[in-house]
Amino acid sequence: MRKIENVICPVCGSLCDDITVYVEDNRVVEVENTCAVGRAKFLNYGLHRKPKPLIRKNGELKEASIEEAVRRSAEILTESKYPILYGWSSTSCEAIRVGLELAEEVGGIIDNTSTVCHGPSILSIQDVGIPSCTLGQLRHRADLVIYWGSDPYSAHPRHIERYTVFSEGRFQKSGWRSFIRRLSGKLVKKRLSRVAELILRRKLTFPEEKYALPPYFISEEERKLVVVDVRKTRTAEVADYFLQVKPNTDYEVLQALRMLVNDQDLEVDEVAGIPVKTLEDLADLMISCDLGILFFGVGLTMSKGKLRNVDAALSLVRDLNKRTKFLIMPMRGHYNVTGANVVFTWQTGYPYAVDFSLGYPRYNPGETSVVDILRRGECDAGLVIASDPVSNFPASAAKTLVDNPLIVIDPDVTPTSMMADVVFPSAYIGIEAEGTAYRMDHVPLRLKKVVEPPPNCLPDQEILARILREVRRIRRG
Amino acid sequence: MRKLKVYLLTGRTIEQGKAKEFGKTSNLYKDSVAVCYIDPSDMKTLGIKSNTPVKVSTDFGSVVVRAEKSSRGSHPGVVYIPYGPWANQVVDPETHGIGMPSFKGVPAVLEPVPGEKVKEIEELLRDSFGEGSKR
Amino acid sequence: MALLIRNGYVYDPMNGIDGEKMDILVEGGKIVDKLKSAEYEVIDASGMIVMPGGVDIHSHIAGSEVNAGRLLRPEDHAKDVELKTEITRSGVGYSVPSTFTTGYRYAKMGYTTVMNPSMPPLEAKHTHEELCDTPIIDKATYPLLGDWWFVLEYLRDGKIEECALHVAWMLYATKGYAIKIVNPGGLEAWGFGRNVRDIDDPVPYFNVTPREIIRGLCKVNKLLHLPHTIHVHTNNLGKPGNYETTLQTMKCVEDLSSGDKPCIHITHCQFSAFKGVDWREFYSGAEDIAKYVNFHKHVTMDMGQVIFTDTTTMTADGPFQYILHELTGNKWVNHDVETETSSGIVPFRYRRRSYVHSIQWCIGLELALLIRNPWRIFLTTDHPNAGPFTSYPQVIGWLISRKAREETLSKLNKRARETALLPSIDREYSLYEVAIATRAGQARALGLKDKGHLGVGGDADIAIYDVDPRKIGPSTQYDEYVKAFSKAAYTIKEGEIVVRNGEVVKVLDGKTYWVKVSSNSEYEVSEDMKRRFTEYWTVQFDNYPVSEAYLKRSKPVQVESEV
Repeated sequence: MRKIENVICPVCGSLCDDITVYVEDNRVVEVENTCAVGRAKFLNYGLHRKPKPLIRKNGELKEASIEEAVRRSAEILTESKYPILYGWSSTSCEAIRVGLELAEEVGGIIDNTSTVCHGPSILSIQDVGIPSCTLGQLRHRADLVIYWGSDPYSAHPRHIERYTVFSEGRFQKSGWRSFIRRLSGKLVKKRLSRVAELILRRKLTFPEEKYALPPYFISEEERKLVVVDVRKTRTAEVADYFLQVKPNTDYEVLQALRMLVNDQDLEVDEVAGIPVKTLEDLADLMISCDLGILFFGVGLTMSKGKLRNVDAALSLVRDLNKRTKFLIMPMRGHYNVTGANVVFTWQTGYPYAVDFSLGYPRYNPGETSVVDILRRGECDAGLVIASDPVSNFPASAAKTLVDNPLIVIDPDVTPTSMMADVVFPSAYIGIEAEGTAYRMDHVPLRLKKVVEPPPNCLPDQEILARILREVRRIRRG
Repeated sequence: MRKLKVYLLTGRTIEQGKAKEFGKTSNLYKDSVAVCYIDPSDMKTLGIKSNTPVKVSTDFGSVVVRAEKSSRGSHPGVVYIPYGPWANQVVDPETHGIGMPSFKGVPAVLEPVPGEKVKEIEELLRDSFGEGSKR
Repeated sequence: MALLIRNGYVYDPMNGIDGEKMDILVEGGKIVDKLKSAEYEVIDASGMIVMPGGVDIHSHIAGSEVNAGRLLRPEDHAKDVELKTEITRSGVGYSVPSTFTTGYRYAKMGYTTVMNPSMPPLEAKHTHEELCDTPIIDKATYPLLGDWWFVLEYLRDGKIEECALHVAWMLYATKGYAIKIVNPGGLEAWGFGRNVRDIDDPVPYFNVTPREIIRGLCKVNKLLHLPHTIHVHTNNLGKPGNYETTLQTMKCVEDLSSGDKPCIHITHCQFSAFKGVDWREFYSGAEDIAKYVNFHKHVTMDMGQVIFTDTTTMTADGPFQYILHELTGNKWVNHDVETETSSGIVPFRYRRRSYVHSIQWCIGLELALLIRNPWRIFLTTDHPNAGPFTSYPQVIGWLISRKAREETLSKLNKRARETALLPSIDREYSLYEVAIATRAGQARALGLKDKGHLGVGGDADIAIYDVDPRKIGPSTQYDEYVKAFSKAAYTIKEGEIVVRNGEVVKVLDGKTYWVKVSSNSEYEVSEDMKRRFTEYWTVQFDNYPVSEAYLKRSKPVQVESEV
């Protein structure tokens, strides 16, 4: 059995790089330090995979050779007038670079999963800018951590222990101690009230002020965790303070905070059902911290207002920098969606939704973004890589994708690959193939290869390179 | 049967995250995403229990999923379906000119549909998309 | 491929050739004195200028900072597009071009070597990935070390040799070329939103001053025998009155220089040569700086010349960039990098009618014209901070022609025009001096032995410009020169013709230079550092270094160090 250390987990934007992997008989048999999702990936990858390329003949997907699949894919792309190449967020930067070359060669649209995730955040960043940092800065310095519309315990399970409240930094200690204290305090309070109830022989009720901040907040030196969400998420349960907002009201709340931070008066008693007193306390908390960080998730980008919600959040944090040091970071989902944005930007100038049909890169989300093109029925072929739009796009958009010739490159069987015309089983990046990926804070890391892939499962980069070669050959001859 | 007007949210859960690594054709995956988390008080209003079928309908479609009591309370009037093919039958595809559909905060109607079955993934895809493109 | 470049007017300052009509012979990618092969291509360079390929000592073209700038400015890209051709990739400009476009545009101007000056070490892989996608030109990059915790701690404790060993490791781990220092101490202070006030203001929590950092790294540089000097962006950059800080910075390493060799390079000095107290009482400090440089041999600098255009500022100077955002109200990106450095990006427009911008424009040129030794002051625009690199020909025009300067002056802010020193400066650069300022001087300062000259054994990186120096007077017909330098008649890279008549005709991959230090003691990072690694960074020690696989054509420069 081989032990491999410092392996990087290829699942979410946290890109934890301290994983230890045990390999026996070319299979991962045990892992250490992963979260539940990482563990599930390392131990179960490829369980249902079909390790041979497939081509749809007479309505059914039949096994084929790689060469046939490459040829058929190249034919589909060269015959198409406006193909879309979509996905990219769960593959390596090396593969993305080839993908961009291919998209340029066939004059198609290339888009990545930001388009249905943090695309609106990017649009807002392009308007407002963004005061941000790498995650280590927060581990060392952040004493106020806010997760807004984001639930790390569901999507980035080790985030808090590796980078924020429960991590140990040069200038800030872990918040574990205060969390344990609070937990014990709650338990003691529960026990005491049980005893009191037994003695007094009646039920005790404690008037709970729904929105009040805990009294220890401003004075306490230790790290504080605040969660703002529409439901009490798992993360909210360990938070020092949880603010519940109504769905679709984030914009008003953020703007109200912004007014307070800018010393303007709110002439109302409550905003979106939250008393102004609470907002004033929250604003005070933000202004008086040493370094604050606001993490935000798709709770902001997907609800009413979309990019305007992010606009408000970015502007709030920017304004806070007049009073203290405050930073903001979107919680990127897939392990290389940041890498997709980064590579797209350096090669084309634009982070997603890039249209090459005029011979140069054009960018206009709403026009050149994949969901819109699919809804308008404008594309006539698709190549999907490392993504599952049939599962993750609204059904009406996915329909156009399915109704046209579709090439899928994916290590596993997905609803998208089930509807495809050509399927390439690929190697799992970070397990069966090397590659570069960018963490949610733009730190690049090189994912390792720990086992050999099955014979017909090539790395994405190689599959794309072969398709590109064949496309060029068809074009020339 | 009683019906309830709610806001539909879709998103990630840790169960869905894990289950997708087991393969999207697995039962584990289906159980993690063909589900609707409902506030206990709403379940009382509708007179339903966990693990019974409910239909979620929006302006864009309807889907039958398994009802489950939410432990993320309290959030009356708000229901949560994890990302996946079931949720995407009913979300709002409108991108408002910026490319992003409305995956959260979609007005929906919730009703118990005892006796109806939650579709398997192959059936769901077939009913939604036909047999794929014709060639 | 063998070439015979016939009859051109050759300017090769490193070999003392000043416009002599002579032939240049190229074979096997090098300049030779005799062609062995019977077949060779002849380039008729009659009536044309032949110079070594351009060398740019400081231009932000790759890495996280630059890419954040690209992301921030879709509006900048939309107005300047490049179509895909048979041999070139498509792309966009204007002030922060995409990577392929960057390489092509430099080559079109006859430039063949470009140094990327700002690389956050933690994100070094990003810089190298982008450099690999920047075609044709040779390149190198400088890791930001002036606020690195290990540097701050070792220098605070006076442990120069330990510091040197770790700097050597860092150059290896990041495949870097030189020690870059930006607002030393200020970037660490910016971690909590603060800054340092002058070179003796101690860094919060670290108890070491910018003076100690600069001196310490200067000593480290000498111990390691690095090919370039420390490359310094001064404290208080962009602040009225900062010329004093710049003088102090240059003075503080005076005693560390040996003989005539420079030991410090002040980059984009224009931004560090402000006299006065605020934006109203604002004057040029170029004269004072030039006077110092003229009497001291240990300093080189580059201009950072302002161009009147809409551009994008991007530096590792987080606090300064924030101030720029407050001044202009423009969108602002900030990116602090744990344990190491920071950065900021803000779009900026330089306006002719602004008094301050007009004086800034004067400062860059005053520095170039008042510093007598052309081997000490180089042409840059700190691309894209003071202007895009595609404006270099314009700057050449101002240097060679007083008339060109007067033309521009006539359109500037009246108060600036009437009070500045520049209008009274007669000096005009000769083409020999232009060759120093844009090639030879830069290559020499960088310690790149095979670049910046046309002597036998040098790299065959050559630029040929279609303007006849015997017939067309630079002073009066400067626009002919501006046109010629914008669009090289031929650019030759490693003996291959890559540009003909301003169009790219062949694409190849350039080399990435980096410094490999071999030391007397064990070439290993200390156990101390390994142990502290995960305390300091959020990545593991094993995952930090950049492997050579990230460089398409790796060109290590071996140096022997004293530690």
